[in-house]
Amino acid sequence: MNKVLLIIQREYFSRVRKKSFIILTILVPVLFIGMFSLIGYLAVKGDDFSDRKKIEVIDESGTFANKLKNSGTIEYSYSNESYTTAKTKFINDGYNYLLHIPASLSGIELFSDKKPSATTIDAVESGLTGILQSQRLQAAGIDTAVLAKAQQHVSLVAKQMTANGEKDAQTYTAYAVGLLSAFLIYICLFIYGTQVMRGVIEEKVSRIVEVIISSVKPFQLMLGKIIGVGMVGITQFVLWIVISIVLSMVGGTLMMKNAAHARTEQVAQMQKATGAQAVPPPDNNMAVIMQSIESIPIAYTIACFLFYFLSGYLLYSAIFAAVGSAVDNETETQQFMFPITLPLIFTFAVSQSFIINNPDSSLAIWLSMIPFTSPIAMMIRIPFGVPAWQLATSMLLMVAGFLFTTWVAGRIYRVGILMYGKKASYKELVKWFFYKE
Amino acid sequence: MLSIRNIVKQYAGQRALDDVSIEIETGKVFGLLGPNGAGKTSLIRIVNQITAPDSGEIFFNGEKLSQVHVERIGYLPEERGLYKKMEIGEQIVYLARLKGLTRADAISRAKQWFRKLEIESWWNKKIEELSKGMQQKAQFVATVLHEPELLILDEPFTGFDPVNADIIKREILELNQKGATIIFSTHRMESVEELCDSIALLHLSHKILEGNVKAIRNTYRNGTYLLEYEGAKQHINGDAPFTVLSETSLDGCQQLMLKINTGNKVNDILSYMMPLAGISRIEEIIPTMNEIFIRTVSKSN
Repeated sequence: MNKVLLIIQREYFSRVRKKSFIILTILVPVLFIGMFSLIGYLAVKGDDFSDRKKIEVIDESGTFANKLKNSGTIEYSYSNESYTTAKTKFINDGYNYLLHIPASLSGIELFSDKKPSATTIDAVESGLTGILQSQRLQAAGIDTAVLAKAQQHVSLVAKQMTANGEKDAQTYTAYAVGLLSAFLIYICLFIYGTQVMRGVIEEKVSRIVEVIISSVKPFQLMLGKIIGVGMVGITQFVLWIVISIVLSMVGGTLMMKNAAHARTEQVAQMQKATGAQAVPPPDNNMAVIMQSIESIPIAYTIACFLFYFLSGYLLYSAIFAAVGSAVDNETETQQFMFPITLPLIFTFAVSQSFIINNPDSSLAIWLSMIPFTSPIAMMIRIPFGVPAWQLATSMLLMVAGFLFTTWVAGRIYRVGILMYGKKASYKELVKWFFYKE
Repeated sequence: MLSIRNIVKQYAGQRALDDVSIEIETGKVFGLLGPNGAGKTSLIRIVNQITAPDSGEIFFNGEKLSQVHVERIGYLPEERGLYKKMEIGEQIVYLARLKGLTRADAISRAKQWFRKLEIESWWNKKIEELSKGMQQKAQFVATVLHEPELLILDEPFTGFDPVNADIIKREILELNQKGATIIFSTHRMESVEELCDSIALLHLSHKILEGNVKAIRNTYRNGTYLLEYEGAKQHINGDAPFTVLSETSLDGCQQLMLKINTGNKVNDILSYMMPLAGISRIEEIIPTMNEIFIRTVSKSN
């Protein structure tokens, strides 16, 4: 056992001390946070970046005069010029768009100097439709007040009934948490599994393996490598989480300040624009997000995540180790990699479209029971709530699964690492498995 | 020291070792010889417990070979290898600790060896920065650092230049004098004669010859002598105590390859030849290990 510790130590430190590890550990959270901040920033301030589109409106029908509302990106101006003159002048008159509304209201055209952007077309279309709709309804004798009421936007509050009473379901947060953790597991199984495989190939190619297994059993070497690399993975996770939290706390306080400032400005502007009308307090988005994150039991989710990451890693890395032992160089691994990674790829693909929308379907339940697919499938389901017995069964199967693959892989590994120049086929691997010591 | 009894090892479709038994005495230098594919490496791997035999037993100092003996054996495989990206000093310490040394012991012994081989400046170098010969030296240190009682060296001199091969040879013999038992595995016979006390010859998974080097060579003596004399070629008549196998003249010297008649001694040859010519050399031709090897192997074919 002492020797396994030594091997773990070497595997761990030789990787953690590498420059690539340090760079990756710092870079990933920085990029991640940076990306999200940018997305958030653009969503809030995006209008400032895009040009204000000027649209010249030639309204022959007279229906829309001064009714189209300017928005952050669109500015309407109405012109009394005739359609033909406006059209000939258009290229040089400084407008980006020319909106022509014929008297008949059919065949409305939008000209532009460049290809029109889809968002602009959408905005103009919905503006026209809305005005036309309310006008027709009014013409039909419906009161404006009634109309306003009828156009009320409905927003559902999703609640979940549990034995302990009702609670907010927070479906969208569940979506995000499920997808994110499944994605992380998917990526990490690949990254660290491949690292184990590379390590095995390196030892085999450099021929040091024979020296080492004259001191320790092949199984000890394999185990030491798997555990060592796994610990590198956990170290990386912990560092990622710590760095992310620190970064987002720093970034969050900055953003909060900015946001608060922007909000007061916004409110002031709106009050100016609408006169003394009462303005509903703008949603504090940040608070809503925080609240929904809190609705997911964080400790429970992280515990499940760690369990499925670890057991999934143990299960797959053992197979990766066996593959590494069977080949003489990395290019030869291709024929084995595909069938091994197929369950992962399949589950991940199915997760995004099917499982996440039907977390309690029988396919989802089956996939979250089979050890080869459950790390991903179960992590998708967990934020939506999984019955305890299913979770327990899945975890038990997972443990049985990795014990089994480690055992099988160990038997292939001990023969494989000493085989050179033999092109390993599946038949060969089966033969190795049945070798006596 | 090591008693190998009735080892059988079967690989898919082919028998690598067929009922091989060998006794190796403590403190001796033992040669495990045989052409490529004879089963040497298979046997060595079994002794190192890298693989297990299908049947048969091995005893280490009378105890059945088990995992506890791993730390008392040093093994230099034919295919050398170390971690390319790891610093050499750290690597040797790691390998020694796998053999049961404490960290402090491993470091102090490794430093000592580095001083002895004058390679102290390499300590922090990575393996990939070293030449092939340097790597071999480092690997040799890694093999002997835990002071094994049994040292198994598979083709130890390949890859060394003559100077370094000589240094390593001296170190091996010194270890032997300090009490280590040494097994050489090689197909290069000339290195064996001066180093080995006894040998075993493997061929096609069978042991076909075993014993003391001198004794083996003696059994292959057949009374052949080389005689060289100066001057003109002499006629050898039928009274001679030997028969001539071949005759060559070389730079005014005559060389006779002769076989002594039964019952005669070297002195008889001399007294027959002395009146005829000035003798400059006489020497018994004992087959080299190489010839014995070839002869035995081709005979068993």
